[in-house]
Amino acid sequence: MTEAPFQMCGVRKPEARWRRLMGGMSWKIVVLAIVGSVAPVLAFDGGDSQVRNCTWCHGAGGQGYTVAPRLAGQRSEYLESQIKSFREHTRDNPFSRQYMWGAVASLAPQDARDLAAYFASVPPKPANDGDSFLAVRGKTIYLDGIPEANVASCYACHGPNAEGVRNIPRLGGLAYAYLKTRLEQWGQGYHSGMGTPMPVVARSLGPNEIEALASYLSFVR
Amino acid sequence: MSRSPARRCILLRGTTRLSRALQASMLALAFSVACHAEERAVASPGGLEAKLEYCKTCHGLSGQGYRGYFPMPRLAGQQPQYLENQLRAFIERRRTNPIMANVAHVLSPGMVSALAAHFRSLDPKPFGGAPRGSAALGKRIYEEGIPEANVPACSACHGMDARGQNEIPRLAGQLYDYTVGQLTGWAKARGQGSAVDTSAIMAPTAHNLSRSQVEAVAAYVGYLP
Repeated sequence: MTEAPFQMCGVRKPEARWRRLMGGMSWKIVVLAIVGSVAPVLAFDGGDSQVRNCTWCHGAGGQGYTVAPRLAGQRSEYLESQIKSFREHTRDNPFSRQYMWGAVASLAPQDARDLAAYFASVPPKPANDGDSFLAVRGKTIYLDGIPEANVASCYACHGPNAEGVRNIPRLGGLAYAYLKTRLEQWGQGYHSGMGTPMPVVARSLGPNEIEALASYLSFVR
Repeated sequence: MSRSPARRCILLRGTTRLSRALQASMLALAFSVACHAEERAVASPGGLEAKLEYCKTCHGLSGQGYRGYFPMPRLAGQQPQYLENQLRAFIERRRTNPIMANVAHVLSPGMVSALAAHFRSLDPKPFGGAPRGSAALGKRIYEEGIPEANVPACSACHGMDARGQNEIPRLAGQLYDYTVGQLTGWAKARGQGSAVDTSAIMAPTAHNLSRSQVEAVAAYVGYLP
């Protein structure tokens, strides 16, 4: 009933084609409109297309967005080491495989260094999204560990203010969900670079300790 | 109808065999339970294996030391008596280190001895990473001292091979950052409180070394196997 008259009537054919064309075009126009409205925000990143490739997922200014961690304020040596471990497929958790292996595949070493230096220079904002009640215990674990349960102090490597150093990452202010997932994944046998003691550290942490640490760290400035 | 003596004998032998088999299986069961208990003791939070793994999370997976936010010293090949003395100094706050005070506090004397013996037996390559430029000067200071600055030869106590003896620590293969940090901050971390301990021996020497001399010695010993 609907299709047959168009096919039989030659006069209406061009209009149908136009409508079909518009049906295919409209979503592209919407996307263009969105990109246009977001563009001024992206300009904050210095207008560099390499930086924009990162901030598409890692949030405006590299402050992190949902599962993509904050890059702002991260140690440049750490960022470089992670780009390397994505390229060499040694960081192997599901999102790394799905997104980051491809994302860094054609990144030249000098570009990786420049991006790392750029994001390290952006002042980070804390996620503040943990449980403030659990954070109290998290702070104790962070500073002292739990010696009787063989849980090492995080402070010894990540620093008094969770700021990190060299290729040891800043943890302060990262998102609760990211911190929690990473600690769980270390314990589940996923890898991230070589020669790190994190698999052993994470194995000693139970779910309550992980939630407490992730909560505390999300508030650290 | 009564059973023939021969048949009774077979029956009897059968029950004996059965009870033997039962005994054997119970023994095996008891043994396996004991074995599991032993495994658990080793893997339990208080066990030696678990504690060693804990030490090595910071001090390196083969005890070679690790550079975290703070340099974590090499324990491999260290003199057991020195390790025991230091653990006691942390607990008694004669040596200032908030992390190690907590760590040492929960170790029993037996555990300390077992840990010290284990680390003594390890022999990984030096951690490395020290600047090599001043190692020649470091070697001269290490072997001859600096007479005009009242610095005795390090080798006099720590040995030509820098492996130490008894309460005198091994320096060979020690992390550069760690050695520099200790020698430049000696009086602030060691020999605290009123009790006098062996750390007092190093105080004047550490004081008389300049920063660049400390760096030279630390670089030299850092590469010694």
